[in-house]
Amino acid sequence: MTLDPPSTVSTTSRRGTATAATRVLGVLTIVMIGWLGVFGLLLSPADRDQGDAVRIMYVHVPSVWLAYLAFIVTALASAVHLFGKSHSMQADRVAGASAEIGVVFMAVTLVTGMLWGRITWGVYWQWDARLTTTALLFISYIGYLAVRGLEGSRSQRARRSAIVGLLAVLEVPLVHWSVRLWRSLHQEATVLGTDLDVSLDGLMLFSLFVGVVAFTLLFLWLLLHRSRVLTMIDLSAETGLDAALAQRRAEGGVTA
Amino acid sequence: MSSVSRLQMVRAVCAKDLRIEQRSKVLTSQIMPFALVTLVLFAFALDGDAILERTAPGLVWLAMLFSSMIIVQRSFAVETADGALDALRVAGADMSAVFWGKCFALIVQLIILEVVLIVGAIVMYGIDLRISGLVLLVTSSISATCGLSAVSTIYAGLASGVRGRESLLPLLVLPVASPVLIGATRAAEAAFGAGGTVVSEGWPWLGLLSVFAVVFSFGGSLVFGPLIDD
Amino acid sequence: MTDAGFILGSYAITFGSILIFAWRTVRSGKSLSDGMSDEEKPWL
Repeated sequence: MTLDPPSTVSTTSRRGTATAATRVLGVLTIVMIGWLGVFGLLLSPADRDQGDAVRIMYVHVPSVWLAYLAFIVTALASAVHLFGKSHSMQADRVAGASAEIGVVFMAVTLVTGMLWGRITWGVYWQWDARLTTTALLFISYIGYLAVRGLEGSRSQRARRSAIVGLLAVLEVPLVHWSVRLWRSLHQEATVLGTDLDVSLDGLMLFSLFVGVVAFTLLFLWLLLHRSRVLTMIDLSAETGLDAALAQRRAEGGVTA
Repeated sequence: MSSVSRLQMVRAVCAKDLRIEQRSKVLTSQIMPFALVTLVLFAFALDGDAILERTAPGLVWLAMLFSSMIIVQRSFAVETADGALDALRVAGADMSAVFWGKCFALIVQLIILEVVLIVGAIVMYGIDLRISGLVLLVTSSISATCGLSAVSTIYAGLASGVRGRESLLPLLVLPVASPVLIGATRAAEAAFGAGGTVVSEGWPWLGLLSVFAVVFSFGGSLVFGPLIDD
Repeated sequence: MTDAGFILGSYAITFGSILIFAWRTVRSGKSLSDGMSDEEKPWL
């Protein structure tokens, strides 16, 4: 994944956002994802009830785990920014980077979940509390990213998005509770009676475990790179403004 | 905060918003007609008396939700147009009091709109409102309105004075407000007896709506200051 | 394998998204870091 540039670009200025730590992390992630493919598609057996559809779970469950982990990190980093004494901008960037990763994996979760549902339930979508909460949360975090993209100073952006990131945490239990209460009126709608909960054993559980470890490493790798990219975007916006100002001043000096 | 007490501040902001509304008459001359035409359009789209009677609570609350987006946009557009919010901040006004004031003004306007929409639904969709369901309908509508106002005020405050806020506000508010839609619709269904429901089925929803209103109004009064203040 | 299209499709979507996202992140990191000296990169 981290293809190093040819050795012609070297020593003086290092390209990219990689460090020794992220390279090690990247290699470990690739190895673990390779194992996930082998275990998920080849070594693990088909499920008694779900058949081969259970294989989707080995990528679906780790993605949803990663997405929720990313949103928890966003909330924590938002809290650090908002309540910390220094109002750390680094925390704000970690929150933003984590939310971007979370949105990507939430989308993956929804799509793979729908494919699984199509096989197991015969329909792409069910108005189950978990599915609905996840979908609404996905849209909320798209809103969060839109708030990050609003005009305004960086401290404004950081504070607004930190508050939105924390409000989303209030939203999750309320949405989940309301959808559950709503669906409890419609029990008969459950197609085929298969729930997302399956009894896993041995090799299946191990495959899932490989997936969760692989995606946790992947999250760390992506978070490091992504937050470094956001740091550089902030820095270049600053230096870009400075350069433009300096240029204007120079122009003014010439004419005056 | 100076000599003006918090309660006076809340009342002043609320009265100011309602007075602006009373003078401009946007609620009665534009938003109510919009909400009513939505009810008519639902009837065209769904075509069928039985369906309309069954879905009336949902349609009323959808019309409410969309109309409330317009009202709340307006409530903050008048603030930012002349920098009124900045003036309040410079004057050292307690921002949580401003939040409560704007929230209450919004509640009053939304309740007026609700009455119109429910009467419109009774007339046009052929609902018969049972007296036993009236208490449930009133209490659930009030708590749903409080929750909706609180959420909308928070996010409208956040998006106020920013380019592109018209499209951003629904994106932020509607997912968060979905428990309000679910709760208010189910409670109204029970009150109307739509789909053979009985009134007692509606009470748990009142609990949900109240919790939502309390969580977001107190959350809002806490975060409103930091949101605006910059 | 039954429903192979759906299952392989979900693996392809997952790993494809990861690859695209990772590649875009690394690439934007490279192009941004070109205009900066190492002193400006707090992680080095």
